[in-house]
Amino acid sequence: MASLKTTPTISNDSVPDLLSTAALWQDQGRKVALATVVQTWGSSPRPPGSMMIINDEMAMLGSVSGGCIEGAVILEAQEIMIDGKARTLEFGVGDEQAWDVGLACGGTIRVYVERLEQP
Amino acid sequence: MVLLTDMKTGCQEIFYPLDPQAAHPLLDQILVAVREDLSFIHEAPGIHEEPGEQTFIQVYNPPLRLIIVGAVHISQFLVPMARMAGYDVTVIDPRRAFGNAVRFPDCSILNDWPDDALAELKPDHRTAVVILTHDPKLDDPALEIALPSPAFYIGALGSRRTHAKRLERLKHLPGLDRIDGPVGLDIGAKSPAEIALSILGAITAALRQGDEK
Repeated sequence: MASLKTTPTISNDSVPDLLSTAALWQDQGRKVALATVVQTWGSSPRPPGSMMIINDEMAMLGSVSGGCIEGAVILEAQEIMIDGKARTLEFGVGDEQAWDVGLACGGTIRVYVERLEQP
Repeated sequence: MVLLTDMKTGCQEIFYPLDPQAAHPLLDQILVAVREDLSFIHEAPGIHEEPGEQTFIQVYNPPLRLIIVGAVHISQFLVPMARMAGYDVTVIDPRRAFGNAVRFPDCSILNDWPDDALAELKPDHRTAVVILTHDPKLDDPALEIALPSPAFYIGALGSRRTHAKRLERLKHLPGLDRIDGPVGLDIGAKSPAEIALSILGAITAALRQGDEK
């Protein structure tokens, strides 16, 4: 039972873990963005409310899809961390960009990405 | 608590819908979101085909709870598995040789008698209760409190024969058919870890498909 001797498991789904990690990154001087799934159509792996945090060293925690669009969200987030303007990204099968990043699950996802300001 | 985000302007507002004095134009939609634990965009009807305001209602409900009666070997596997699935886990066992921080590090442990502890914890509709002591002295009082509660899942360890005897002992209680016994999904689980997996599977099925059955 070695695994039980470690600290509590960090779940990618746990909001407190995501937000405390975001705060830790900020304390370390990193810029941080928060991506939230706000709307889905058709089959999509993560429901509205699912979140992912990204920092300016391209690290991420959490998820907004089954791994198909995270790469694109991380890239967009880099810009948003600099200009501070929140925006909504849409990924769908009919969308060239989405096809490029491989959203093969057959759905459409809207993801809201915002910069987390220093408290 | 909910976070409201205006999708056009990015303006955000924190709102506490369960405050008795809570007032908000979107209160009805917010209460649905909180009750169903479902975040969604509310779109106000636009004027003359213009798109209306879009507000993202994001729910921050407290985590689901799992209450385990019996700090047994299966529980040592069920605790970390349930945590990974997002549950806030409490273990109840009056026997300190079982329920202690060496066997369950970083876990909330109550060494009270199960009926007292459960009455205190008040299982609600976002709580699962799993009873694993295998000892009627501890299991039965726990079931007496759990059965009338709105807990979304109640499971009790024991073979078909043990479970039949339990139902006979507790036949004065209402809602006996709510007990998932023998506990867990029927996947042929043998080891403590496998049984923990089958229990978490049954809890997930009750949570996600409960209304469909």
